[in-house]
Amino acid sequence: MSTLFPETLIFECETGNYHTFCPISCVAWLYQKVEDSFFLVIGTKTCGYFLQNALGVMIFAEPRYAMAELEEVDVAAKLESYDELKRLCFQIKQDRNPTVIVWIGTCTTEVIQTDLEGIAPTLESEIGIPIVVARANGLDYAFTQGEDTVLAAIAHRYQPSYSQKLNKIETSSAFLNSDDSLLKLNYIRQKTLAKNTIGESQPGTFKFLTKLKQLSQTLFLKITSSFSEQDRLPQKQKEKQKDHQLVLFGSVPNTVSTQLTMELQKQGINVTGWLPSPRYADLPFLGKEVHVCAINPFLSRTATTLLRRQKCSLITAPFPIGPDGTRGWIEKICSVLNLLPHGLEKREADIWKSLEDYLQLVRGKSVFFMGDNLLEICLARFLIRCGMIVYEIGIPYIDKKFQAPELALLEKACQQMNVLFPRLVERPDNYYQVQRIRELQPDLAITGMAHANPLEARGVSTKWSVEFTFAQIHGFTNARDILELVTRPLRRNKALDRLGWTQLVKTNGDI
Amino acid sequence: MKLAYWMYAGPAHIGTLRVASSFKNVHGIMHAPLGDDYFNVMRSMLERERDFTPVTPSIVDRHVLTKGSTHKVVQNIVRKSREDRPDLVVLTPTCTSTLLQEDLEGFASRGSMGSRSDVLLADLNHYRVNELQAADRTLEQVVRFYIEKAKRQNDLDVTKTAQPSANIIGSFTLGFHNHHDTRELKRILYELGVKVNQVVPEGGSVTKLKLLPKAWFNIVPYREVGLMTASYLEKQFEMPYVSVTPMGLVGMAAWVEDISKILTRQMKKMVCFKDYVDRQTRFVSQAAWFSRSIDCQNLTGKRAVVFGDATHAASITKILNREMGVQVVCSGTYCKHDADWFRDQVQGVCNEVIITDDHTTVGDMIARLEPAAIFGTQMERHIGKRLGIPCGVISAPVHIQNFPLGFRPFLGYEGTNQIADLVYNSFTLGMEDHLLEIFGGHDTKEVVTRSLSTTLGCSWSNEGLKELQRIPGFVRGKVKRNTEKFARKMGISDITVEVMFQAKEAVDLGGII
Repeated sequence: MSTLFPETLIFECETGNYHTFCPISCVAWLYQKVEDSFFLVIGTKTCGYFLQNALGVMIFAEPRYAMAELEEVDVAAKLESYDELKRLCFQIKQDRNPTVIVWIGTCTTEVIQTDLEGIAPTLESEIGIPIVVARANGLDYAFTQGEDTVLAAIAHRYQPSYSQKLNKIETSSAFLNSDDSLLKLNYIRQKTLAKNTIGESQPGTFKFLTKLKQLSQTLFLKITSSFSEQDRLPQKQKEKQKDHQLVLFGSVPNTVSTQLTMELQKQGINVTGWLPSPRYADLPFLGKEVHVCAINPFLSRTATTLLRRQKCSLITAPFPIGPDGTRGWIEKICSVLNLLPHGLEKREADIWKSLEDYLQLVRGKSVFFMGDNLLEICLARFLIRCGMIVYEIGIPYIDKKFQAPELALLEKACQQMNVLFPRLVERPDNYYQVQRIRELQPDLAITGMAHANPLEARGVSTKWSVEFTFAQIHGFTNARDILELVTRPLRRNKALDRLGWTQLVKTNGDI
Repeated sequence: MKLAYWMYAGPAHIGTLRVASSFKNVHGIMHAPLGDDYFNVMRSMLERERDFTPVTPSIVDRHVLTKGSTHKVVQNIVRKSREDRPDLVVLTPTCTSTLLQEDLEGFASRGSMGSRSDVLLADLNHYRVNELQAADRTLEQVVRFYIEKAKRQNDLDVTKTAQPSANIIGSFTLGFHNHHDTRELKRILYELGVKVNQVVPEGGSVTKLKLLPKAWFNIVPYREVGLMTASYLEKQFEMPYVSVTPMGLVGMAAWVEDISKILTRQMKKMVCFKDYVDRQTRFVSQAAWFSRSIDCQNLTGKRAVVFGDATHAASITKILNREMGVQVVCSGTYCKHDADWFRDQVQGVCNEVIITDDHTTVGDMIARLEPAAIFGTQMERHIGKRLGIPCGVISAPVHIQNFPLGFRPFLGYEGTNQIADLVYNSFTLGMEDHLLEIFGGHDTKEVVTRSLSTTLGCSWSNEGLKELQRIPGFVRGKVKRNTEKFARKMGISDITVEVMFQAKEAVDLGGII
């Protein structure tokens, strides 16, 4: 046994000649997530052309993002960046009136060394709108890491003084009109009540706000926890829930954040906020007493910023992808908050049972991850638990410390399922990978669109990896969606196989 | 700086890569940061390419910024030359790497010393030329390189072919219906007794470029790409070229006329294709008959707007006005570099001319003029959707649906049929919508929804409904029905968010499709 199974995972590194999306693509999902934001990408035609091609039709729905396209006079430093950005930002303020403008620095601003961080504060005070600067460029980062730079930038600039502004905005009529969640409605409803309860304790300060929130959330929990009898919590845990503050970070559609929030509520854990929140004005309180936990594996910079700058205590856990990951994630949070998880084992088992029809399709099949979005490790771990064999996990970058619990769970999954550890290849070389795919002939290659059609033409089933970034894959509820994606090529090919046209290139089947 | 949401023409290197990857066995190496190689995605998805796009990035990262990329680029050239044995490697910078001002020319020559392939550095300025101009330039650069190479090696054969022959220049990958156009032009040339010598760059081989001068003349069907090459060959070898776009019946007649003149001059005897043109116009193409039919009568004086690249916008404007009696209230192009030519072409066949690459200006113009139909790019199609005006797509930039599998040329006589269909369908769809509006929509609507209603026995809580609203419209109905089915089965009367999620997790509902 021991000779067959290496004791630890082996990490390799290749040339970095691989295909992935530029990190500026994060504006596509972040502008939709943060409803009162405007994203300004400061770059060239190349950036703009990428965005409009990669984001397809989204571009036509009056997006809250635009390019500040650098022209020859800008790169030749003949025009002052400050004046130019001021002109554009005033135009944006006039046309869209956002609550925050996020500047996305690109490769070009790096190369010509535009001091965006230096310009932003001055312009911010002039224009009256917060400006967040994120350097999401292709020189340093890949694809989903773009989100990491934006969230890290938001976490970095977050200051207690900001809370006063926040308080103002929150109590404004704009906030009253927002229909974002029951939580907020409750908060407003309870505000008068709370004022009476807390009495004179420094209104307008942050403590006041947090207490208010806690109060309304307790109420919220009371309402939601009465969903069904078996979800009733032990009295002890109910009392504990006031003691902690938990902020989750990572951008997911509102449906998924509701699902994960409810999943934790079942354990008696209040989620006091999300980074990012659906509105920039509603950023959660951060500070020493706040626990933070990531829901995505590409958020290591954000984690570091929250830890170092905001002094939050970071919970490193596996990521809530697949029922195994979700359970591991909840258990870790529970253990840090000194709570006993309950009902998780059964919940996980029920989900696995409900996946059985899909599992029959994937068991024993092999997968090859070419790597482009950093979700690869947790997806591979989940697929191994599903009974698949993973040959290679290509990945742009691994933060071994941040991903440690996930890597441990991957090892555990391999041992449990009695399969070989996969090869972990950081900064892969797509050309070499295609050679390896030719030798290994996996049942499924998870790859970018640049390689998908050519591989299909050579009889290799593929799944386009970017779909995993946009689909809802988190939590117990969405485990099925991951398998829906993974099995789609297998089901399609099953339907077509009897036709006998798998090789569709004019060679001898060479890749 | 310019505030931009959308652009009609891409950055310069896209043009270069389109030309390079159109040739057989030519490899493009992009000196670019990570993520700039989405050209491969476009080609693989839009063209549904079966082969790997022969473009590799040589990644510019932090390390390269500090230490320079000489070693890396040269290594990548040599490696690619060994792995794929391309005839030619084209090295191209992107916007960013241009700014690094590295000696790419030097890297290219060092790369070529270490490899068996020829190596060329694409000569372009990202901040001055766009995709189309760069493609034109790169094609000329490649052709010039191989002509000069052949000259140096005394390997240039300039004797003309025995039979009249022509080169087709400018058809390339990701071009709007270019494959179909080439096939149609080949067919017509065959019927005229003209042999096709070479088609460049699409499917051409750089090793055969030295055979270009053997053709009697050149054909440049599109205004945007190929003219520089044609005029280079004219200067070098006195090869005449036809630059008329063979689009529409009148355009076709003019194109054939030009060819006959060239052949007359070169063969020193009268070559006349008048009978051929007449037969094709009246009987092979249906377009002439279509303009006479009562369908087309209904189009008389209908107002249309045209916008696109110079070639397509100018030709479609002329077809609508001269061949169908449609009033073109405004005609425009985003090819600002070719504005004079465009104005000259559409003068007298439209009321207004617009030259801009700002899609909001185009949108405002359309909103102001309220035409019955638009003929434009994908952008105009979306503008039309917003304004409720039908749109026929006649030019790049385009989506995957504009790379049809069926035979859909825009050029030649079959092209005239395709264009007639497109124009007619755009207008009738608009008329159909208009009639539906007058009669209050389809009368079956109510009956259909009633029979699908399944809300018996359970009601939705407010939060449940709110969550339901978050679900994308096209699946909302299905999610609603499934949740209600689940609730009924479980005996739940009040549907909360929790119940929705439980329903999703339940096994027996969706199953495997």
